[in-house]
Amino acid sequence: MTSKPTVLIIDDEPQIRKLLEINLAGKGYLVKQAASGKEGLQMAASHLPDAVLLDLGLPDMSGHEVLRKLRGWYGRAVVILSVQNNENDIVRALDNGANDYLTKPFRVGELLARLRSAVRYNDTSSNTRLIEAGDLEVDLGARLVTRSGGVLKLTATEYNLLALLASNKGRVLTHQFLLREVWGVSFQAETQYLRVFIAQLRKKLEDDPNRPKHIITESGVGYRFQ
Amino acid sequence: MDLRSVSVKKTNTLRQFLIGMTLVTLLSMTCFALGELVDYRVVALLLLVTVSILAVLFDILPVLAAALLSAILLNVFFIEPIPHYEITDAESVLLFLVYLFIASVNAVLTNRLRKQERKNRDREEKENTIKLYNTLLNSLSHELKTPIATIIGSIDTLKEADNSIQPTQRMELLSEMEIASTRLNSQVENLLNMSRLETGTLKLKKDWCDVNELVFLIIHKLPSADTHELIFEPDETLPLFRLDSGLMETVLNNIIHNAIRYTPKRTTIQVATAYDDNHLWLTIGDNGSGIPEREISRIFEKFYRLPNSGTGGSGLGLSIAKGFVEAHGGTVQVMSYLNRGTTFTIMIPAETSYLKSEKDDE
Repeated sequence: MTSKPTVLIIDDEPQIRKLLEINLAGKGYLVKQAASGKEGLQMAASHLPDAVLLDLGLPDMSGHEVLRKLRGWYGRAVVILSVQNNENDIVRALDNGANDYLTKPFRVGELLARLRSAVRYNDTSSNTRLIEAGDLEVDLGARLVTRSGGVLKLTATEYNLLALLASNKGRVLTHQFLLREVWGVSFQAETQYLRVFIAQLRKKLEDDPNRPKHIITESGVGYRFQ
Repeated sequence: MDLRSVSVKKTNTLRQFLIGMTLVTLLSMTCFALGELVDYRVVALLLLVTVSILAVLFDILPVLAAALLSAILLNVFFIEPIPHYEITDAESVLLFLVYLFIASVNAVLTNRLRKQERKNRDREEKENTIKLYNTLLNSLSHELKTPIATIIGSIDTLKEADNSIQPTQRMELLSEMEIASTRLNSQVENLLNMSRLETGTLKLKKDWCDVNELVFLIIHKLPSADTHELIFEPDETLPLFRLDSGLMETVLNNIIHNAIRYTPKRTTIQVATAYDDNHLWLTIGDNGSGIPEREISRIFEKFYRLPNSGTGGSGLGLSIAKGFVEAHGGTVQVMSYLNRGTTFTIMIPAETSYLKSEKDDE
């Protein structure tokens, strides 16, 4: 592995690129920049970055188009930048292979956290079997979940849902993805199952289920485990 | 859009022709059936009245057609000898022409009046739009420029007063900039929401919604912990509702935010839910100072703000909340008593789901 992870920023706004560059360079990333979709695709091919930060609103082509072309050959992390109140766009990008998203305006802490877990996603080949998050431990090998050392009693569906969320720790997973993976393709629209099981899981996992710290709701998009 | 309005106009005109002709024919036939009971002069007047009424409601061409038809019918069926197909004697010619003339003049004048009236109405509407636009601009320039001024001012201070500024003051300026940016952001969001409502581009994205979770999500985001007491006791039996949760989040957020902004410190704000199989009720009540009665009817108006309200609001929050609730087919009602507080009640018709955990495989 190279010493510094490379991040490619594809965004037409110079101020946003500057802001991202200053923050990412300060955190030890090597930063490459592109101001258009076309340039971005070229730079992605020539630099093979560890992660791409892709703005959905580009002047020359839509971010969705860039994502589609990128996903033809590029297997590493892509984090989408989008404006607020655009859940449809975000869900579409996530379903088309983006790993995560950030809405403008975003906080720098959030940006760094997203990028960290996106880059980490690239090495999932090392398949971690034990996932830790605060007082929680999910042991995928033993199918065992413990909270502060005590074993939690989960139903099969609850466990499957939690295992899926936990093995994508830090990343947002869309409602449709969770339903498809846990319940099956024919349940993709049945979000009421998801709501009920998330509420149940929170009652078992969280100190205060009404103020969840592990399973976070991303309004209109999905859930994130942390 | 243009094509559609043209074709709508076409079918409208056709319908007006048909209705006009049918009315005139029906009236004539009824009079004819009554025979000796009605004199031709009465028939002529009745037909004139009908044509005049048509002229008030319809376009000029269908009305003229109805006028011509009524003149012919009058001549054929009511002028001796009956049926009377030829107009030969001087008297019938005169009667026919005078009738046609009066009916046509009547139609043309009424039509002209209508057009003038419409023009006035259009102008009034335009003036109202301009007035609203000016209010918007005034409100905007104030609400957007105040935070921008804060940000620019703070930046200048931080840039120029290199070492003369205390670290604590530096932090204060930075947090002022943060507050101002957040405010700018929420103003822009308000404006976007308003324009979604105004342009009719709002599409509901309904999905199953855990209302308890939604309320907690909003409450935990509010910066009210130290100034107000927020109470919400979740009802564990509450079913899931099919709603646009994004819009409902804005609705609740705006109303609760409003309650925090316009009530004194240490006021209690209570959120509660109620339901039946097809409806969800949400109440947001406070024990603040209440809204004066004459203001209550106006609080949902765009850009309206209570006379004594401080800075920071755009006057859009409640009208957006109302618009989003109405987009769900629901209603918002407000009850307020001076010195006792205000309660907003939201009613939304929505599908419910009582899906419970028991269905899971153990």
